[in-house]
Amino acid sequence: MPQTIAFYDRVDHALHDSSLQTALHRATSRFIGNRASAISALGDADRLRDQARAIRAHALAHLDELLPQLAANVEARGGHVCWASDGEEARQYIIELAHARGVRSIVKSKSMASEEIHLNEALEAAGFEVIETDLGEYIIQLAGETPSHIIAPAIHKTREQVSELFQQHLGMPPTTEVPLMIRTARQALRQRFLQADMGISGVNFGVADSGAIVIVENEGNARLSTTVPRIHVAIMGIERIVARLADLGVMLQVLARSATGQKLSVYTSLISGPARPGEEDGPEEFHLVLLDNGRSQILGGQYAESLLCIRCGACLNACPVYQAIGGHAYGSVYSGPIGAILTPLLQPDLPDAHLLPQASSLCGACQEVCPVRIAIPDMLLRHRADAVKAGKVNPVEKVAIAGYTLTMTHPAIYNAGGKAGRFFSRILARKGHFRRLPPPLHLWTKQRDFPALPPKSFRELWAERKNQRRSSS
Amino acid sequence: MTTGRRRAILFATCIVDQLYPTVGLAAAELLEQQGIDVDVPSDLLCCGQMAFNAGFRDDAYAVAGRTLEVLRGKGDVVMPSGSCAAMIRHLYHELFAHTPFAGMAAELAHRTYELSEYLVDGLGVTDVGARFNGRITYHDACHGLRFLGVGKQARALLSRVQGAEVVPLPGCDQCCGFGGLFAIKQHTISTAMLDRKIEAIASTEADLVVTGDVSCMTQIAGGLSRRNIPTRARHLAEVLANMVDAR
Repeated sequence: MPQTIAFYDRVDHALHDSSLQTALHRATSRFIGNRASAISALGDADRLRDQARAIRAHALAHLDELLPQLAANVEARGGHVCWASDGEEARQYIIELAHARGVRSIVKSKSMASEEIHLNEALEAAGFEVIETDLGEYIIQLAGETPSHIIAPAIHKTREQVSELFQQHLGMPPTTEVPLMIRTARQALRQRFLQADMGISGVNFGVADSGAIVIVENEGNARLSTTVPRIHVAIMGIERIVARLADLGVMLQVLARSATGQKLSVYTSLISGPARPGEEDGPEEFHLVLLDNGRSQILGGQYAESLLCIRCGACLNACPVYQAIGGHAYGSVYSGPIGAILTPLLQPDLPDAHLLPQASSLCGACQEVCPVRIAIPDMLLRHRADAVKAGKVNPVEKVAIAGYTLTMTHPAIYNAGGKAGRFFSRILARKGHFRRLPPPLHLWTKQRDFPALPPKSFRELWAERKNQRRSSS
Repeated sequence: MTTGRRRAILFATCIVDQLYPTVGLAAAELLEQQGIDVDVPSDLLCCGQMAFNAGFRDDAYAVAGRTLEVLRGKGDVVMPSGSCAAMIRHLYHELFAHTPFAGMAAELAHRTYELSEYLVDGLGVTDVGARFNGRITYHDACHGLRFLGVGKQARALLSRVQGAEVVPLPGCDQCCGFGGLFAIKQHTISTAMLDRKIEAIASTEADLVVTGDVSCMTQIAGGLSRRNIPTRARHLAEVLANMVDAR
């Protein structure tokens, strides 16, 4: 199974990358701490999360009405709407638009949907210059990498690594002073904003009843990307919709607190269409790309809950597996617990997709922090069941489970197995434990001892005790 | 609580049965101390979680279906494992949905308890007359904590252990990395998670790290002994039933 090796290779690489480990530890601990204090500062976080979930569930249940309502409101304000059933349609629309309008330079603010459809590669192949303007995205663009976290794309990089990149690409003098590094990036980016003909952004929420899109950010780059260039294209997954403007009161609170631990992000932009006649600011054209790309297939099925996700990234930070291996090891656009749910659905052709739901101890930390209470562990288990149904199973595991089932449904076999185990344990265990076991259990004893089996099982001891009591009474 | 002697099934779980018989005996003793008649059905083996978590739902159905039959019509079921109790309370619902067992599974879920929650919430006891001269720290096993809300009960019980100094474990609710077959299939991630847990345990300089699940205990104990750290991992029931030497 060569594909499976790739995933495990990436995992091993990540576990042995000491810079990555340092970066992950610093960043996830900070996120977890900030989130925890921001959530506990709320009087009734549980109620707010219930409300957030209800708002999202309502929106998903009414997508068929809300999406046309959003589109109609966008068009009424002079915007254009593209219904893209997949990445190809979205890319084509944007590329044709850029050609038609004589675009040369494009600035982008953070958009996971654009990552999902590999937009940058397509735009560059079509001859456009594309610059990411979110600092984290800019860093990984310079490094030639992909985001490893939903909201902190360069979370895998240490400050020292970023400094080296800036020295190399931007001619920055050697320093790891963050303000100096930020100033360097800002100077480089400011020129790009002014030159750009088109700005491409993501969407945090589309608001059906007002036709506005909402973008939250902390750097101001999204505001520049969406207002300075003459054309603004926003890409939105069709599930990222809320019914009413009033819903934002709840959604923005849980998003910011869950994502970064802020009460509210530094910039919250509500954008509804291009500049109107007489207005000096704003783009001449506004285009909203509504991206399906597999989402409508998820609706109504056993993974529908995953569409409630508001991409806050809290489940990544909380996940002990993500903390250990980072986002790149997943090999997918979306990483961490929610990525392990979404990837087999949105990127089914990825050879390792079925392995991602296996990379979980099912500890439930993700669900505990999820602002909309997505039952992630339950869906990981469904993915595992689907993988078994599809025959994507390790043959050793298949045999082991067959043996397990036979044993656990036949007390006689169970008892005989226990006796055999205790016999071998008497011979092979030393000082109360095994330091080495034969394959496949050697994977346990590589770094852990395994307890020797006791002379008698609990049920044997219990039966003896009962007999003694009977005879003594 | 009804008058007269109360009865309960002790579902010790397959791992306790085969690897940690003293945990089963300790749980039985704790229940008997409270005047409970303990029944251990000789053909009660496993909740089926291993197959279910691996995605083998037909296998899980066979194992768990048999367990449903064995437990049919019996009284309260008490388990010295938050994980296996969570399997019955939380996951049987999905496993048996749209099957003839659905009703039985729901009924069983309502009378299944993790040991510490049964003692504290069900029977209202926290002082079980335990004594341990030494320092204890407590690791929250994930499934009990997050799917059953178990944790405060164990702490209440430990706080009444005479002679014990109970110290907090940094990151007490962080997974130890066991995760069933995950510990083997993703052993490198599993042991990376374990390393962090061991580091936290070692920082407490506790004599015992206590937890409510023998699966986590196996993982933690295996890491402690391989790294020659003197802290011992024990199940809550063993401490409460005075089955741990002071050393």
